[in-house]
Amino acid sequence: MIEISHVNKWYSPTFQVLTDCTTNVTKGEVVVVCGPSGSGKSTLIKCVNALEPFQSGDILVDGTKVNDPKTDLPKLRSRVGMVFQHFELFPHLKIIDNLCLAQEKVLGRGHDKAQTKGMQLLERVGLKEQAQKFPAQLSGGQQQRVAIARALAMDPIVMLFDEPTSALDPEMVSEVLDVMVDLAREGMTMMVVTHEMGFARKVANRVIFMDRGEIVEDAAKDDFFGKPRSDRAQKFLSKILSH
Amino acid sequence: MNYNWNWGIFFQPNPMGTGTYLDMLLSGLALTLKTAALAWVIALITGSIVGVMRTLPSKGANWFGFAYVEFFRNMPLLVQLFLWFFVLPEILPRAAGLWLKQLPNAPFWTAAIGVGFFMSARVAVQLQAGISSLPRGQKMAATALGLTTVQGYRYVLLPMAFRIILPPLTSEFLNTIKNTAVAITIGLLELTGQARSMQEFSFQVFEAFTAATILYLLVNAVVVTAMRFLERWVAIPGYITGK
Repeated sequence: MIEISHVNKWYSPTFQVLTDCTTNVTKGEVVVVCGPSGSGKSTLIKCVNALEPFQSGDILVDGTKVNDPKTDLPKLRSRVGMVFQHFELFPHLKIIDNLCLAQEKVLGRGHDKAQTKGMQLLERVGLKEQAQKFPAQLSGGQQQRVAIARALAMDPIVMLFDEPTSALDPEMVSEVLDVMVDLAREGMTMMVVTHEMGFARKVANRVIFMDRGEIVEDAAKDDFFGKPRSDRAQKFLSKILSH
Repeated sequence: MNYNWNWGIFFQPNPMGTGTYLDMLLSGLALTLKTAALAWVIALITGSIVGVMRTLPSKGANWFGFAYVEFFRNMPLLVQLFLWFFVLPEILPRAAGLWLKQLPNAPFWTAAIGVGFFMSARVAVQLQAGISSLPRGQKMAATALGLTTVQGYRYVLLPMAFRIILPPLTSEFLNTIKNTAVAITIGLLELTGQARSMQEFSFQVFEAFTAATILYLLVNAVVVTAMRFLERWVAIPGYITGK
């Protein structure tokens, strides 16, 4: 579903953020990407739907080359759901309109059809009653659930999560993770940048560990948590799992 | 001071035979409003386009936006009006120049266009600031949903940017109205121009300019009030100034 091969990205000759990153995500797989801050994990996931350009290497999503100038990027992106750390709901639109905007303007769905779909998804994330409110009237956890619903409204073939719980108050983390766990169990293909190792243990198939722009470890979940091969991954794990 | 106050002057016939002196001032007011309205439309439209250009990822668009703004805001408005009115017809090909000079209402069109372009540079800077003040993730979220750049601006960035810059835009609107007074120098008989001729015909300088002052204050009070209503009308529940 996602094939990342030998991706390099640098901002200047001396500042390389991604170094020879190669991995892939197959259909129905849940891959968690972790690593210390500044390790390039958010950058990597943003390269997948070409929100960030990269200088060399290739990324294919469902067989379409992301870094090909001929690729219809808006069309490709509309099939790749993305959830951001800071939710990024559109503050001037009601919750339901946040869900309908791209359905109507990108997919060309009729207003009624988009509304119906939007309401179904809001019900699914438990926020049907909030449909007529504005984003600023919702809590962080609720906003992030809306953001997930907004991405799902596009019927994505894969979902990307960029630290979806990092900006949340602790008591709101689980309501968002619950939605993500359900999604994973339903067979959604997911690439998730997160520090939530509980989530990784529960639903991930594979865990990728990144450090200083490199993929240091790319292992099945049990192998990763059992005994990481690299020192850096071991150190990282011992730090975040110690409490 | 030896001055003959005569507040009754407003109801005496003016020497042009177009009614009373008050009628003269009111016709000036009407012309001021017409000029300001057209200038503001020009300023808003071109200013918005240039402001957006300054925020696009294209170097060419940035450069054009930069050059445009610096050209129109770094020259006195008076000089710009003279350039449009006296210089432009001379440097154009003969036929075009002649057509310009014989244009009916040339001072009106020149003033509206001159003030419009002058103010558009200021609107552009305001809008650029408004767009830049939005979180970077907003544009990313729009892009990630598959919206094109144009759609992203139309449905996501501009609705928020314009809301944010409404208060400074009010000031620019008021400036546009006041700046039309400069058009007296190219023979436009707007409010200041009519007050001036009333003074010359009747020698009642204080009455004439008191009336002009009050009319300017009234017009601007109406604009300020209308803009306050607009601000409240577009306020987003729960967001910054919203309730």
